[in-house]
Amino acid sequence: MSGKAVLAAYATRLGDNALVLGQRMIELVAASPELEEELANANFSLDYLGQARMFYTYAGECEGAGRTEDDFAFLRPEHEFRNLLLVEQPNGHFGDSTVRAVLFESWYVLLLDALTRCAAPGIAAIAARAIKEVRYHVRHSSQWLVRLGDGTEESHARVQASLDNLWRYTGEMFVADELDTEMLDAFDGPDLSAIEVQWRQNVAAIVAKATLALPAGQWMASGGKQGRHTEHFGFLLAEMQYLQRAYPGAEW
Amino acid sequence: MVETVYKPDQILEWLSQVPDPEIPVLTITDLGIVRDIDCGAGVTVSLTPTYSGCPATEAIEASVIAALEDQGVSDVRIRRVLSPAWTTDWISEEGRRKLRVYGIAPPERRDRPVACPQCNSDNTEVISEFGSTACKASYRCLACLEPFEYFKCL
Repeated sequence: MSGKAVLAAYATRLGDNALVLGQRMIELVAASPELEEELANANFSLDYLGQARMFYTYAGECEGAGRTEDDFAFLRPEHEFRNLLLVEQPNGHFGDSTVRAVLFESWYVLLLDALTRCAAPGIAAIAARAIKEVRYHVRHSSQWLVRLGDGTEESHARVQASLDNLWRYTGEMFVADELDTEMLDAFDGPDLSAIEVQWRQNVAAIVAKATLALPAGQWMASGGKQGRHTEHFGFLLAEMQYLQRAYPGAEW
Repeated sequence: MVETVYKPDQILEWLSQVPDPEIPVLTITDLGIVRDIDCGAGVTVSLTPTYSGCPATEAIEASVIAALEDQGVSDVRIRRVLSPAWTTDWISEEGRRKLRVYGIAPPERRDRPVACPQCNSDNTEVISEFGSTACKASYRCLACLEPFEYFKCL
């Protein structure tokens, strides 16, 4: 792949993670357990959508084929999305959403930190903007994990089950594929094995504080980065893309 | 026809009348989001977003164009600058004063307590890290018991 093609594909992947998680969180709007959480969730969702827009716009520029942010979001089929399986998992109950956020954001914040130092100025600039927001997110989701884990017997048991269920989607975050390797070699991109060490340490600390048990020895699902998604993803896209599919080119 | 060449100071003065759509007591120059003004062929204004998903970004760009067009500047272009990322440190002293008068506590350094914009007491507590917009948190003053918003440090 040419340098520009690597950047376009890599930025698309980053945009996909942000968009899909942002869309999942939008589904929670007006369904939060309390008003403050409602505001937090809506704000975070907006941050993710904003990040997705920046990554897609940049990907379109690198690609040079005239695709806009909307083309990336609304006109690609399932198999062209390269987001992690973790972010497309359904919201479930609040404990499920919290665990999904903790596991992803703990990784994303480390990835963005590495990207601020990469040799692709366009991506580094977006990462520097986004990390300020994601630091806030991870602090927030971690506080909830502690509150639920170290809460009642009921909340503890339920959030432990969420952790056990979602853990299988964390494996692919650290498996470098061809694109990750090209990004690392050509643009001094993130070293996923170094991120894994740090992530394990950080997540173990939050999980311990939440009096929960860290899952171990699980089979790991993968395929998101190659466009092979879980059964939930098509429904998310069907809802999100409906308007542009039904009324092509419709504008706000 | 002779094209008018504008001076950046003049443009800046016009831009200092453009309010932020979410906190209209502040102008975009108080916020520190006007990063550069280039008066070559036409006028190019460089703006930086406060938050990635700030819904005001497009509205601000449109109002910058409208404000300059009102002054007769016809060829206005907007450039979005991401780096370095915006920080609340760029809010001007005047902006901080206006926020306080408006009832919003301006951003403080992390080691400083948040003072109540009503009675100035440092005896305050956070109610929620999130408020009506992404950039604000909800606080309560334990001295005068008034709730207030705090512009978060970013």
